[in-house]
Amino acid sequence: MMKLEAIIQPSRFESVKDALREIGIEGMTVTEVRGHGRQKGHTEVYRGREYTVDLLPKMKLEMVLPDALVSRVVDTILKTAKTGKIGDGKIFLSRVEEAIRIRNDERGENAL
Amino acid sequence: MKCMGQKCSFHLVLLLAVLVLTAVPLSSQQTPSSAATPTTAASPSTPENSKAINDKLAQLDKDVKAAQSAGDNAWMLTSAALVLMMTGPGLALFYGGLVRRKNTLAIMMQSFALMGIITVLWALVGYSLCFGGNGLVIGGFEHAFLRGVGAEPNPDYAGTIPQATFMVYQLMFAIITPALITGATAERMKFSGTVVFLTLWFLVVYAPLAHMVWGKGGLLNAVGGKFPCLDFAGGTVVHISSGVSALVCALYLGKRTGYPKQPMPPHSLVLSFIGACLLWVGWFGFNAGSALAAGSLATSAFVATHFAAAAAALGWSAAEWLKNGRASALGAISGAVAGLVAITPASGFVGPMPALAIGLIAGVVCYLMVTKVKAVFGYDDALDAFGVHGAGGTIGALLTGIFAQQVINPIFGADKPVGGLDGHWSQVGNQLVGVLIAWGFALVGTIVLLKITDLITDVRVTEEQEVQGLDVTQHGEEAYNLEA
Repeated sequence: MMKLEAIIQPSRFESVKDALREIGIEGMTVTEVRGHGRQKGHTEVYRGREYTVDLLPKMKLEMVLPDALVSRVVDTILKTAKTGKIGDGKIFLSRVEEAIRIRNDERGENAL
Repeated sequence: MKCMGQKCSFHLVLLLAVLVLTAVPLSSQQTPSSAATPTTAASPSTPENSKAINDKLAQLDKDVKAAQSAGDNAWMLTSAALVLMMTGPGLALFYGGLVRRKNTLAIMMQSFALMGIITVLWALVGYSLCFGGNGLVIGGFEHAFLRGVGAEPNPDYAGTIPQATFMVYQLMFAIITPALITGATAERMKFSGTVVFLTLWFLVVYAPLAHMVWGKGGLLNAVGGKFPCLDFAGGTVVHISSGVSALVCALYLGKRTGYPKQPMPPHSLVLSFIGACLLWVGWFGFNAGSALAAGSLATSAFVATHFAAAAAALGWSAAEWLKNGRASALGAISGAVAGLVAITPASGFVGPMPALAIGLIAGVVCYLMVTKVKAVFGYDDALDAFGVHGAGGTIGALLTGIFAQQVINPIFGADKPVGGLDGHWSQVGNQLVGVLIAWGFALVGTIVLLKITDLITDVRVTEEQEVQGLDVTQHGEEAYNLEA
């Protein structure tokens, strides 16, 4: 089982979500986050005082997937989240030791 | 004749209408009206006839006065409500949106607390101190507990409305003036300190200034004062006093922790926008209501107020656009408020074109005060109470001396020149006297009262409390529990 974390542009989120649903992925956790990599922020001015805002809003998707699905999900996200500009985001994969469904105590890939 | 639906019904209705209309004049001739003149054929020279005519005239006189009073009173009560709205929620929202989220409730609570405190003080002694007696600097105690303040007009102030209306109208001014000061002390003043200080300030700084400018016998009263000062709705009494006091408070309290390096942008300009618009609308009560009647002077002040706000918003925005390449929402609404402040003393004395000029000047000057001057001197006037009210009020007071015209308001008597445009340039000198006295009172009074307050309860919160936020530490609440 692999945990997939994807940080993407908020404007691409709906398309990514729809594309994932189409390939059968129905479970994910989504958070609104702020951050940046190499993308520059912007300046805001309030009554003459300048603020550099370099924490930009992004969407973070997290899901735990059976090994067999990982490469298909990665490809889907890459295709739908890409705009080609700096700030598109990143995907991280890490191994998961165990998954348990709280409702009925199912374990392993059956719990996904 | 057979009925044919709609056409038939129409004709029936028409017939009925004709019958009713002809019946009305016929019926009125049969019922005598209550104020009918006698229909006897007596000649005009009989005593009974003269008395009846005089009685009728006296009754008409009373009715006319009552009608005028009704119009004036309706407008004045409305104006009082508008001015209260300026504090709650106008100012509360305007300031509330400008502070950081953790201090939202605190700044709103300070305005609201004054709505309660000043009202009670006004009822007990405040009204009397401001408008009682005929002292040079302060009023008296003859209206303490609002003795003698009821339905009877007070001809010294507003001869066509109940004195109680005048009293409650002026109360709303007394509420908002100390509330303005909270803009400079925002995010770091203790609630208990705020309450004690502003209560004392109302008694020691506001009451004397209000009496001097508006009270009978006052030193600066436009009518009969030693230095007749033109202040229609409170440029000196409200804006200079609170603005200068705000500066003193900001300096005394010191800068907020982290200022100016740490970013402290407004947490919700949406709230500030709503507040600013409520202030603009409410200001019609503030300025046009200061005519104390519903006549053409109220109209003149209403128009001047609106024009100044618009011109000032454009002025600030234009200055900002030139400097930053963009006009901001915060700049536009701040500009409007600056214009409203500046026109406050002038509103019942200047024409519409001068109002535009006053607004434009105030918009640009206050923009510079808030962006340039504040940065140069480095004081932390958190929400620009001094930059907008202190500076705007001072400019407005001086410009009033220039632009006041007797054709708008012959305040010094028929055909007597009023301001510079009438050739009476020495009025600017009188305005300056008023400005200096207001500055002096505010400066000295505030320093003394801050020191006294500090002895009773600390004025500034601890650094830890400041970092945590005033809402939680001073009031045990959070403004937003959006996850709830």
